[in-house]
Amino acid sequence: MENKIKKVDLIFEKVDQLAILDKSFKRSSDEIILDVIDSGLRGRGGAGFPTGLKWKFARNEESDQKYVICNADEGEPGTFKDREILTQVPEKVLAGMALCGKAIGATEGYIYLRAEYNFLLPMLHEKMREFNQQMKDRNFEFTVFVRSGSGAYVCGEETALMESMEGHRGEPRNKPPFPTQRGYLGKPTSINNVETLVFALMIANYGPQTFKELGTFDSRGSKVFSIAGDTPKAGIYELELGMSLEDFVNEFGDGDTKAVQVGGASGFCVARKHFKETLIGFEGIPTGGSMMLFNSSRSMYNILHDYLEFFEEESCGQCTPCRVGCQQLLKGIEAVKRGNKSPAYLETLQKLSDTMRIASKCGLGQSVGNPFNSIINNFREEIIY
Amino acid sequence: MTKIQEFVKEQADVYGRRRNSLMPILQAVVQKERFLSEEAMVAIATELDLSTADVFGTASFYTFLDTVPRGKNIIRICKTITCHMKGKDAIIETLEDMLKIKLGETTSDGKFSLLPANCLGWCHKGPVMLVNDEVYPEITPEKAVEVVHEYLKKTK
Repeated sequence: MENKIKKVDLIFEKVDQLAILDKSFKRSSDEIILDVIDSGLRGRGGAGFPTGLKWKFARNEESDQKYVICNADEGEPGTFKDREILTQVPEKVLAGMALCGKAIGATEGYIYLRAEYNFLLPMLHEKMREFNQQMKDRNFEFTVFVRSGSGAYVCGEETALMESMEGHRGEPRNKPPFPTQRGYLGKPTSINNVETLVFALMIANYGPQTFKELGTFDSRGSKVFSIAGDTPKAGIYELELGMSLEDFVNEFGDGDTKAVQVGGASGFCVARKHFKETLIGFEGIPTGGSMMLFNSSRSMYNILHDYLEFFEEESCGQCTPCRVGCQQLLKGIEAVKRGNKSPAYLETLQKLSDTMRIASKCGLGQSVGNPFNSIINNFREEIIY
Repeated sequence: MTKIQEFVKEQADVYGRRRNSLMPILQAVVQKERFLSEEAMVAIATELDLSTADVFGTASFYTFLDTVPRGKNIIRICKTITCHMKGKDAIIETLEDMLKIKLGETTSDGKFSLLPANCLGWCHKGPVMLVNDEVYPEITPEKAVEVVHEYLKKTK
Protein backbone atom coordinates (compact mmCIF):
# COMPACT_ATOMS: atom_id res chain seq x y z
CA MET A 1 0.00 0.00 0.00
CA GLU A 2 1.27 3.43 -0.89
CA ASN A 3 2.09 5.51 2.13
CA LYS A 4 0.14 8.74 1.79
CA ILE A 5 1.07 10.19 5.14
CA LYS A 6 3.79 12.77 4.94
CA LYS A 7 6.05 13.09 7.95
CA VAL A 8 7.62 16.48 8.53
CA ASP A 9 10.32 17.68 10.89
CA LEU A 10 9.93 21.33 11.73
CA ILE A 11 9.05 21.19 15.40
CA PHE A 12 11.71 18.88 16.79
CA GLU A 13 14.44 19.83 14.36
CA LYS A 14 17.36 21.35 16.23
CA VAL A 15 18.06 24.87 15.03
CA ASP A 16 20.09 27.80 16.24
CA GLN A 17 17.14 29.60 17.76
CA LEU A 18 19.28 32.52 18.86
CA ALA A 19 20.44 33.11 15.30
CA ILE A 20 16.80 33.13 14.20
CA LEU A 21 16.01 35.69 16.89
CA ASP A 22 19.02 37.85 15.97
CA LYS A 23 17.80 37.87 12.40
CA SER A 24 14.22 38.62 13.45
CA PHE A 25 15.10 41.37 15.90
CA LYS A 26 16.55 43.34 13.00
CA ARG A 27 13.19 43.31 11.30
CA SER A 28 10.16 45.38 12.17
CA SER A 29 7.19 44.03 14.10
CA ASP A 30 5.04 44.42 11.02
CA GLU A 31 7.40 42.36 8.91
CA ILE A 32 7.39 39.53 11.44
CA ILE A 33 3.62 39.61 11.72
CA LEU A 34 3.12 39.73 7.95
CA ASP A 35 5.19 36.60 7.54
CA VAL A 36 3.08 34.76 10.10
CA ILE A 37 -0.13 35.96 8.44
CA ASP A 38 1.20 35.01 5.01
CA SER A 39 2.18 31.52 6.20
CA GLY A 40 -1.43 30.78 7.10
CA LEU A 41 -0.44 29.44 10.53
CA ARG A 42 -3.46 28.78 12.72
CA GLY A 43 -3.30 28.17 16.46
CA ARG A 44 -2.35 24.60 17.31
CA GLY A 45 -4.32 24.36 20.54
CA GLY A 46 -7.51 23.34 18.80
CA ALA A 47 -9.55 26.46 18.06
CA GLY A 48 -7.35 27.35 15.11
CA PHE A 49 -7.46 31.13 15.21
CA PRO A 50 -5.03 32.67 12.68
CA THR A 51 -1.89 33.34 14.70
CA GLY A 52 -0.68 36.30 12.65
CA LEU A 53 -3.99 38.09 13.13
CA LYS A 54 -3.88 37.48 16.85
CA TRP A 55 -0.41 39.02 16.98
CA LYS A 56 -1.56 41.92 14.85
CA PHE A 57 -4.50 42.64 17.14
CA ALA A 58 -2.23 42.55 20.17
CA ARG A 59 0.28 44.77 18.44
CA ASN A 60 -2.36 47.35 17.52
CA GLU A 61 -3.50 47.80 21.10
CA GLU A 62 -2.10 50.81 22.89
CA SER A 63 -0.77 49.90 26.31
CA ASP A 64 2.08 50.54 28.70
CA GLN A 65 2.39 46.82 29.23
CA LYS A 66 1.64 43.73 27.15
CA TYR A 67 2.14 40.06 27.81
CA VAL A 68 2.93 36.87 25.96
CA ILE A 69 1.57 33.66 27.44
CA CYS A 70 2.56 30.20 26.35
CA ASN A 71 -0.36 27.91 27.04
CA ALA A 72 1.12 24.63 28.22
CA ASP A 73 -2.12 23.54 29.82
CA GLU A 74 -4.13 22.44 26.84
CA GLY A 75 -6.03 19.83 28.76
CA GLU A 76 -6.92 17.65 25.81
CA PRO A 77 -5.29 14.29 25.61
CA GLY A 78 -3.45 16.19 22.86
CA THR A 79 -1.55 17.92 25.61
CA PHE A 80 1.15 15.28 25.60
CA LYS A 81 2.52 16.55 22.32
CA ASP A 82 3.08 19.90 24.04
CA ARG A 83 4.92 18.16 26.85
CA GLU A 84 7.10 16.43 24.32
CA ILE A 85 7.87 19.74 22.61
CA LEU A 86 8.69 21.39 25.95
CA THR A 87 10.92 18.47 26.87
CA GLN A 88 12.79 18.14 23.61
CA VAL A 89 13.05 21.72 22.36
CA PRO A 90 12.31 24.10 25.25
CA GLU A 91 14.72 26.63 23.77
CA LYS A 92 12.59 26.89 20.67
CA VAL A 93 9.46 27.51 22.74
CA LEU A 94 11.19 30.31 24.64
CA ALA A 95 12.51 31.81 21.41
CA GLY A 96 9.00 31.65 19.92
CA MET A 97 7.75 33.61 22.90
CA ALA A 98 10.44 36.24 22.44
CA LEU A 99 9.57 36.48 18.76
CA CYS A 100 5.93 37.07 19.72
CA GLY A 101 7.11 39.61 22.29
CA LYS A 102 9.02 41.49 19.63
CA ALA A 103 6.04 41.31 17.25
CA ILE A 104 3.42 42.64 19.65
CA GLY A 105 5.65 44.82 21.81
CA ALA A 106 5.60 42.80 25.01
CA THR A 107 8.43 42.61 27.49
CA GLU A 108 7.18 39.79 29.68
CA GLY A 109 6.27 36.24 28.89
CA TYR A 110 4.76 33.46 30.97
CA ILE A 111 4.74 29.73 30.47
CA TYR A 112 1.66 28.32 32.19
CA LEU A 113 2.45 24.68 32.78
CA ARG A 114 -0.19 22.20 33.84
CA ALA A 115 0.34 20.77 37.32
CA GLU A 116 0.42 17.24 35.94
CA TYR A 117 3.73 18.16 34.33
CA ASN A 118 5.37 19.71 37.39
CA PHE A 119 8.30 17.35 36.97
CA LEU A 120 9.36 19.58 34.08
CA LEU A 121 9.62 22.63 36.35
CA PRO A 122 13.28 22.32 37.41
CA MET A 123 14.39 21.95 33.80
CA LEU A 124 12.16 24.79 32.61
CA HIS A 125 13.38 27.11 35.33
CA GLU A 126 16.95 26.45 34.31
CA LYS A 127 16.20 27.04 30.62
CA MET A 128 14.31 30.18 31.57
CA ARG A 129 17.26 31.62 33.49
CA GLU A 130 19.62 30.79 30.65
CA PHE A 131 17.30 32.33 28.10
CA ASN A 132 16.65 35.49 30.10
CA GLN A 133 20.39 36.00 30.34
CA GLN A 134 20.77 35.52 26.58
CA MET A 135 18.10 38.16 25.99
CA LYS A 136 19.85 40.51 28.38
CA ASP A 137 23.15 39.96 26.59
CA ARG A 138 21.42 41.03 23.39
CA ASN A 139 19.91 44.10 25.01
CA PHE A 140 16.50 42.79 24.13
CA GLU A 141 14.02 43.51 26.84
CA PHE A 142 12.08 40.29 27.26
CA THR A 143 11.85 38.21 30.42
CA VAL A 144 10.21 34.82 30.72
CA PHE A 145 8.56 33.45 33.87
CA VAL A 146 7.19 30.00 34.53
CA ARG A 147 3.89 29.54 36.34
CA SER A 148 2.34 26.29 37.38
CA GLY A 149 -1.30 25.28 37.21
CA SER A 150 -3.07 23.31 39.91
CA GLY A 151 -5.02 20.65 38.12
CA ALA A 152 -8.04 22.08 36.33
CA TYR A 153 -8.84 21.07 32.77
CA VAL A 154 -10.76 24.28 32.14
CA CYS A 155 -7.59 26.32 32.70
CA GLY A 156 -6.53 25.34 29.20
CA GLU A 157 -9.20 27.81 28.14
CA GLU A 158 -7.30 31.04 27.66
CA THR A 159 -9.33 33.36 29.86
CA ALA A 160 -9.70 30.75 32.62
CA LEU A 161 -5.94 30.36 32.48
CA MET A 162 -5.47 34.07 33.01
CA GLU A 163 -7.96 34.09 35.88
CA SER A 164 -5.90 31.34 37.45
CA MET A 165 -2.66 33.27 36.91
CA GLU A 166 -4.26 36.23 38.63
CA GLY A 167 -5.03 34.09 41.67
CA HIS A 168 -8.69 33.35 41.07
CA ARG A 169 -10.78 30.27 40.38
CA GLY A 170 -10.20 29.21 36.81
CA GLU A 171 -13.54 30.47 35.53
CA PRO A 172 -13.66 31.63 31.91
CA ARG A 173 -14.42 35.27 31.19
CA ASN A 174 -16.92 36.63 28.75
CA LYS A 175 -15.51 37.45 25.32
CA PRO A 176 -15.23 40.15 24.09
CA PRO A 177 -13.07 41.73 25.28
CA PHE A 178 -10.59 39.27 23.85
CA PRO A 179 -7.24 38.62 25.54
CA THR A 180 -5.51 40.69 22.85
CA GLN A 181 -7.58 43.62 24.13
CA ARG A 182 -7.74 42.85 27.83
CA GLY A 183 -5.85 39.78 28.94
CA TYR A 184 -3.58 39.06 31.86
CA LEU A 185 -4.01 41.77 34.51
CA GLY A 186 -6.23 43.61 32.08
CA LYS A 187 -3.40 44.20 29.60
CA PRO A 188 -3.24 43.16 25.94
CA THR A 189 -2.02 39.58 25.87
CA SER A 190 -1.17 37.17 23.11
CA ILE A 191 -1.79 33.69 24.39
CA ASN A 192 -0.54 30.91 22.14
CA ASN A 193 -0.19 27.17 22.31
CA VAL A 194 3.29 25.68 22.79
CA GLU A 195 3.38 24.23 19.30
CA THR A 196 2.13 27.43 17.66
CA LEU A 197 5.02 29.42 19.12
CA VAL A 198 7.56 26.96 17.73
CA PHE A 199 5.95 27.04 14.30
CA ALA A 200 6.06 30.83 14.34
CA LEU A 201 9.78 30.62 15.05
CA MET A 202 10.27 28.18 12.19
CA ILE A 203 8.36 30.49 9.87
CA ALA A 204 10.73 33.27 10.88
CA ASN A 205 13.58 30.91 10.03
CA TYR A 206 12.51 29.50 6.70
CA GLY A 207 10.07 32.16 5.54
CA PRO A 208 6.35 31.66 5.08
CA GLN A 209 6.67 29.85 1.77
CA THR A 210 8.15 26.64 3.21
CA PHE A 211 5.25 26.39 5.63
CA LYS A 212 2.63 27.39 3.09
CA GLU A 213 3.67 24.65 0.70
CA LEU A 214 2.55 22.08 3.24
CA GLY A 215 -1.05 21.22 3.98
CA THR A 216 -4.20 22.47 2.29
CA PHE A 217 -5.69 25.87 1.52
CA ASP A 218 -7.41 26.19 4.87
CA SER A 219 -5.00 24.10 6.89
CA ARG A 220 -1.49 25.20 6.13
CA GLY A 221 1.59 23.47 7.37
CA SER A 222 2.21 20.44 9.46
CA LYS A 223 0.97 19.53 12.90
CA VAL A 224 2.17 17.42 15.77
CA PHE A 225 -0.22 14.56 16.46
CA SER A 226 -0.62 12.63 19.68
CA ILE A 227 -1.70 9.15 18.76
CA ALA A 228 -3.14 6.82 21.37
CA GLY A 229 -5.61 4.04 21.96
CA ASP A 230 -5.76 0.83 19.93
CA THR A 231 -2.70 1.40 17.81
CA PRO A 232 0.62 -0.36 17.57
CA LYS A 233 2.26 3.01 16.92
CA ALA A 234 1.15 5.14 19.86
CA GLY A 235 3.27 8.23 20.13
CA ILE A 236 3.99 11.68 18.78
CA TYR A 237 4.37 12.43 15.08
CA GLU A 238 4.62 15.58 13.03
CA LEU A 239 2.50 15.10 9.92
CA GLU A 240 1.37 17.26 7.05
CA LEU A 241 -2.19 18.50 7.51
CA GLY A 242 -4.98 17.55 5.15
CA MET A 243 -4.64 13.77 5.06
CA SER A 244 -7.73 11.64 4.87
CA LEU A 245 -8.70 9.71 7.94
CA GLU A 246 -8.56 6.54 5.85
CA ASP A 247 -4.87 7.08 5.10
CA PHE A 248 -4.30 7.91 8.72
CA VAL A 249 -5.94 4.69 9.88
CA ASN A 250 -4.03 2.66 7.30
CA GLU A 251 -0.83 4.01 8.76
CA PHE A 252 -1.63 3.99 12.46
CA GLY A 253 -4.54 1.58 12.96
CA ASP A 254 -4.29 -1.98 14.18
CA GLY A 255 -6.29 -3.34 11.24
CA ASP A 256 -9.51 -3.35 13.20
CA THR A 257 -10.17 0.33 13.81
CA LYS A 258 -13.87 1.03 14.12
CA ALA A 259 -13.74 4.64 15.24
CA VAL A 260 -11.31 7.50 15.66
CA GLN A 261 -11.83 10.32 18.09
CA VAL A 262 -10.34 13.29 16.28
CA GLY A 263 -9.42 16.25 18.48
CA GLY A 264 -9.50 14.62 21.88
CA ALA A 265 -12.37 14.48 24.32
CA SER A 266 -14.00 17.59 22.88
CA GLY A 267 -13.54 16.52 19.27
CA PHE A 268 -15.57 14.35 16.94
CA CYS A 269 -15.84 10.61 16.85
CA VAL A 270 -15.67 9.35 13.28
CA ALA A 271 -16.99 5.89 12.41
CA ARG A 272 -15.30 3.52 9.97
CA LYS A 273 -17.82 4.20 7.18
CA HIS A 274 -16.79 7.86 7.13
CA PHE A 275 -12.99 7.42 7.18
CA LYS A 276 -12.59 7.87 3.43
CA GLU A 277 -14.41 11.20 3.13
CA THR A 278 -13.06 12.70 6.34
CA LEU A 279 -10.18 15.11 5.99
CA ILE A 280 -8.04 16.02 8.97
CA GLY A 281 -7.82 19.79 8.93
CA PHE A 282 -10.06 22.82 9.12
CA GLU A 283 -11.95 21.89 5.93
CA GLY A 284 -12.86 18.59 7.54
CA ILE A 285 -12.38 17.85 11.19
CA PRO A 286 -10.05 20.23 13.01
CA THR A 287 -7.89 18.85 15.76
CA GLY A 288 -5.62 20.08 18.48
CA GLY A 289 -3.62 16.99 17.63
CA SER A 290 -5.14 14.26 19.73
CA MET A 291 -6.13 11.14 17.79
CA MET A 292 -7.59 8.21 19.69
CA LEU A 293 -8.20 4.97 17.89
CA PHE A 294 -10.76 2.43 19.00
CA ASN A 295 -11.02 -1.11 17.66
CA SER A 296 -14.03 -3.37 17.66
CA SER A 297 -13.29 -4.72 21.13
CA ARG A 298 -14.33 -1.36 22.60
CA SER A 299 -17.79 -0.43 23.78
CA MET A 300 -18.66 3.03 22.51
CA TYR A 301 -21.07 3.35 25.42
CA ASN A 302 -18.17 3.04 27.84
CA ILE A 303 -16.15 5.51 25.85
CA LEU A 304 -18.94 8.08 25.79
CA HIS A 305 -19.55 7.44 29.48
CA ASP A 306 -15.88 8.12 30.22
CA TYR A 307 -15.94 11.36 28.26
CA LEU A 308 -19.08 12.57 29.98
CA GLU A 309 -17.75 11.70 33.42
CA PHE A 310 -14.65 13.67 32.53
CA PHE A 311 -16.61 16.73 31.45
CA GLU A 312 -18.96 16.53 34.40
CA GLU A 313 -15.98 16.64 36.75
CA GLU A 314 -14.05 19.27 34.84
CA SER A 315 -16.86 21.72 34.13
CA CYS A 316 -15.96 24.80 36.14
CA GLY A 317 -19.59 25.05 37.22
CA GLN A 318 -19.91 28.73 36.54
CA CYS A 319 -22.54 28.59 33.80
CA THR A 320 -25.66 26.47 34.08
CA PRO A 321 -25.83 24.95 30.58
CA CYS A 322 -22.43 23.33 31.06
CA ARG A 323 -22.68 22.47 34.75
CA VAL A 324 -26.16 20.95 34.67
CA GLY A 325 -25.93 19.84 31.05
CA CYS A 326 -22.91 17.62 31.65
CA GLN A 327 -24.63 15.98 34.61
CA GLN A 328 -27.86 15.40 32.72
CA LEU A 329 -26.16 13.95 29.64
CA LEU A 330 -24.34 11.46 31.82
CA LYS A 331 -27.44 10.54 33.83
CA GLY A 332 -29.39 10.39 30.59
CA ILE A 333 -27.28 7.79 28.81
CA GLU A 334 -27.13 5.74 32.01
CA ALA A 335 -30.93 5.77 32.20
CA VAL A 336 -31.26 4.71 28.56
CA LYS A 337 -28.76 1.92 29.05
CA ARG A 338 -30.62 0.63 32.11
CA GLY A 339 -33.91 0.83 30.25
CA ASN A 340 -35.36 3.47 32.55
CA LYS A 341 -35.77 5.77 29.56
CA SER A 342 -36.77 4.90 26.03
CA PRO A 343 -34.17 5.10 23.25
CA ALA A 344 -36.04 8.14 21.93
CA TYR A 345 -34.76 9.98 25.00
CA LEU A 346 -31.39 10.14 23.23
CA GLU A 347 -32.87 12.73 20.86
CA THR A 348 -33.90 14.86 23.84
CA LEU A 349 -30.36 14.59 25.13
CA GLN A 350 -28.98 15.60 21.75
CA LYS A 351 -31.17 18.69 21.87
CA LEU A 352 -29.72 19.44 25.28
CA SER A 353 -26.18 19.11 23.94
CA ASP A 354 -27.14 21.49 21.10
CA THR A 355 -28.36 23.96 23.70
CA MET A 356 -25.08 23.59 25.55
CA ARG A 357 -23.22 24.38 22.36
CA ILE A 358 -25.13 27.63 21.95
CA ALA A 359 -25.51 28.70 25.55
CA SER A 360 -22.31 27.67 27.32
CA LYS A 361 -19.85 30.36 28.15
CA CYS A 362 -16.65 28.71 26.95
CA GLY A 363 -15.29 26.01 24.72
CA LEU A 364 -15.66 23.30 27.33
CA GLY A 365 -19.45 23.32 27.47
CA GLN A 366 -19.74 24.28 23.82
CA SER A 367 -17.81 21.26 22.64
CA VAL A 368 -19.34 18.50 24.77
CA GLY A 369 -21.89 18.07 21.98
CA ASN A 370 -19.11 17.04 19.56
CA PRO A 371 -18.29 13.66 21.09
CA PHE A 372 -21.85 13.26 22.34
CA ASN A 373 -23.68 13.75 19.07
CA SER A 374 -21.10 12.00 16.93
CA ILE A 375 -21.04 8.90 19.11
CA ILE A 376 -24.84 8.78 19.45
CA ASN A 377 -25.30 9.24 15.71
CA ASN A 378 -22.69 6.70 14.71
CA PHE A 379 -23.12 4.11 17.42
CA ARG A 380 -26.69 4.48 18.61
CA GLU A 381 -27.25 0.76 19.04
CA GLU A 382 -24.19 0.47 21.31
CA ILE A 383 -25.56 3.20 23.54
CA ILE A 384 -28.98 1.59 23.83
CA TYR A 385 -28.21 -2.13 24.11
CA MET B 1 3.59 33.04 65.46
CA THR B 2 2.93 29.39 64.62
CA LYS B 3 5.08 27.42 62.22
CA ILE B 4 2.61 27.58 59.39
CA GLN B 5 2.01 31.32 59.85
CA GLU B 6 5.73 31.80 59.65
CA PHE B 7 5.98 29.69 56.52
CA VAL B 8 3.17 31.62 54.84
CA LYS B 9 4.85 34.89 55.71
CA GLU B 10 8.11 33.67 54.20
CA GLN B 11 6.33 32.67 51.02
CA ALA B 12 4.57 36.03 50.82
CA ASP B 13 7.98 37.68 51.15
CA VAL B 14 9.15 35.66 48.16
CA TYR B 15 6.08 35.88 45.91
CA GLY B 16 4.68 39.21 47.04
CA ARG B 17 1.34 40.13 48.54
CA ARG B 18 -0.67 40.88 45.44
CA ARG B 19 -3.64 38.82 44.35
CA ASN B 20 -1.60 37.06 41.69
CA SER B 21 0.76 35.80 44.38
CA LEU B 22 -2.04 33.64 45.73
CA MET B 23 -1.53 30.57 43.54
CA PRO B 24 2.22 30.22 44.08
CA ILE B 25 1.72 30.57 47.84
CA LEU B 26 -1.08 28.00 47.91
CA GLN B 27 1.14 25.69 45.85
CA ALA B 28 4.07 26.17 48.20
CA VAL B 29 1.99 25.27 51.25
CA VAL B 30 0.63 22.17 49.53
CA GLN B 31 4.13 21.20 48.48
CA LYS B 32 5.24 21.37 52.10
CA GLU B 33 2.19 20.14 54.01
CA ARG B 34 0.42 18.10 51.31
CA PHE B 35 -2.80 20.00 51.99
CA LEU B 36 -4.18 23.37 52.99
CA SER B 37 -5.27 23.41 56.61
CA GLU B 38 -7.76 25.92 57.89
CA GLU B 39 -4.94 27.58 59.77
CA ALA B 40 -2.86 27.87 56.62
CA MET B 41 -5.73 29.38 54.65
CA VAL B 42 -6.48 31.91 57.38
CA ALA B 43 -2.80 32.81 57.48
CA ILE B 44 -2.70 33.27 53.71
CA ALA B 45 -5.85 35.38 53.79
CA THR B 46 -4.35 37.59 56.51
CA GLU B 47 -1.05 37.94 54.73
CA LEU B 48 -2.61 38.84 51.36
CA ASP B 49 -5.48 40.86 52.82
CA LEU B 50 -8.16 38.64 51.32
CA SER B 51 -11.17 37.05 52.94
CA THR B 52 -10.65 33.46 54.10
CA ALA B 53 -13.72 32.46 52.10
CA ASP B 54 -12.05 33.84 48.99
CA VAL B 55 -8.90 31.85 49.66
CA PHE B 56 -10.88 28.68 50.32
CA GLY B 57 -13.08 29.31 47.29
CA THR B 58 -10.05 29.57 45.07
CA ALA B 59 -8.13 26.66 46.56
CA SER B 60 -11.08 24.27 46.46
CA PHE B 61 -11.48 24.87 42.74
CA TYR B 62 -8.25 23.04 41.93
CA THR B 63 -7.64 19.30 42.11
CA PHE B 64 -4.02 19.66 43.14
CA LEU B 65 -4.79 22.04 46.02
CA ASP B 66 -6.23 19.72 48.62
CA THR B 67 -8.21 21.20 51.49
CA VAL B 68 -8.48 17.91 53.39
CA PRO B 69 -5.49 16.13 54.95
CA ARG B 70 -3.55 13.94 52.53
CA GLY B 71 -0.77 11.44 52.98
CA LYS B 72 2.91 12.27 52.76
CA ASN B 73 2.92 10.69 49.30
CA ILE B 74 0.09 11.30 46.90
CA ILE B 75 -0.47 8.63 44.31
CA ARG B 76 -2.63 9.70 41.39
CA ILE B 77 -3.89 7.23 38.85
CA CYS B 78 -5.04 8.58 35.52
CA LYS B 79 -8.55 7.38 34.85
CA THR B 80 -9.15 9.00 31.48
CA ILE B 81 -10.05 7.10 28.38
CA THR B 82 -6.82 5.65 27.03
CA CYS B 83 -5.45 4.81 30.48
CA HIS B 84 -8.78 3.13 31.12
CA MET B 85 -8.36 1.14 27.90
CA LYS B 86 -4.86 0.12 28.91
CA GLY B 87 -5.87 -1.23 32.29
CA LYS B 88 -5.91 1.44 34.98
CA ASP B 89 -8.55 -0.54 36.90
CA ALA B 90 -6.07 -3.34 37.60
CA ILE B 91 -3.56 -0.80 38.91
CA ILE B 92 -6.12 0.76 41.21
CA GLU B 93 -7.28 -2.63 42.53
CA THR B 94 -3.73 -3.74 43.20
CA LEU B 95 -2.86 -0.56 45.07
CA GLU B 96 -6.12 -0.61 47.03
CA ASP B 97 -5.21 -4.13 48.09
CA MET B 98 -1.68 -3.25 48.98
CA LEU B 99 -2.45 -0.05 50.89
CA LYS B 100 -5.73 -1.33 52.39
CA ILE B 101 -7.60 1.79 51.35
CA LYS B 102 -10.11 2.70 48.66
CA LEU B 103 -9.52 5.16 45.86
CA GLY B 104 -9.80 8.64 47.34
CA GLU B 105 -8.63 7.60 50.80
CA THR B 106 -5.48 8.03 52.89
CA THR B 107 -3.71 5.27 54.80
CA SER B 108 -4.10 5.40 58.58
CA ASP B 109 -0.35 5.93 59.05
CA GLY B 110 -0.63 8.99 56.81
CA LYS B 111 1.98 7.77 54.35
CA PHE B 112 -0.13 7.48 51.20
CA SER B 113 -3.20 8.89 49.55
CA LEU B 114 -4.60 7.17 46.49
CA LEU B 115 -6.44 9.54 44.18
CA PRO B 116 -7.93 9.44 40.70
CA ALA B 117 -6.75 12.01 38.15
CA ASN B 118 -8.39 13.39 35.04
CA CYS B 119 -5.85 13.00 32.26
CA LEU B 120 -2.24 13.11 33.37
CA GLY B 121 -1.30 13.68 29.73
CA TRP B 122 0.46 10.42 28.85
CA CYS B 123 -2.22 8.93 26.62
CA HIS B 124 0.30 7.13 24.38
CA LYS B 125 1.96 5.50 27.40
CA GLY B 126 -0.93 4.54 29.63
CA PRO B 127 -1.70 3.50 32.20
CA VAL B 128 0.14 6.19 34.07
CA MET B 129 0.68 6.88 37.74
CA LEU B 130 1.94 10.09 39.32
CA VAL B 131 3.52 9.90 42.78
CA ASN B 132 3.94 13.42 44.12
CA ASP B 133 5.65 15.02 41.10
CA GLU B 134 7.25 11.83 39.76
CA VAL B 135 5.62 10.24 36.76
CA TYR B 136 5.48 6.51 35.99
CA PRO B 137 4.17 5.79 32.49
CA GLU B 138 3.27 2.35 31.10
CA ILE B 139 2.81 0.99 34.58
CA THR B 140 1.82 -2.60 35.36
CA PRO B 141 0.32 -3.76 38.67
CA GLU B 142 3.70 -5.30 39.57
CA LYS B 143 5.61 -2.13 38.73
CA ALA B 144 3.12 -0.04 40.69
CA VAL B 145 3.70 -2.17 43.78
CA GLU B 146 7.47 -1.87 43.38
CA VAL B 147 7.29 1.89 43.08
CA VAL B 148 5.09 2.23 46.16
CA HIS B 149 7.52 -0.01 48.09
CA GLU B 150 10.32 2.38 47.21
CA TYR B 151 8.34 5.30 48.60
CA LEU B 152 7.47 3.28 51.67
CA LYS B 153 11.18 2.80 52.36
CA LYS B 154 11.88 6.51 51.87
CA THR B 155 8.99 7.70 54.04
CA LYS B 156 9.42 7.77 57.76
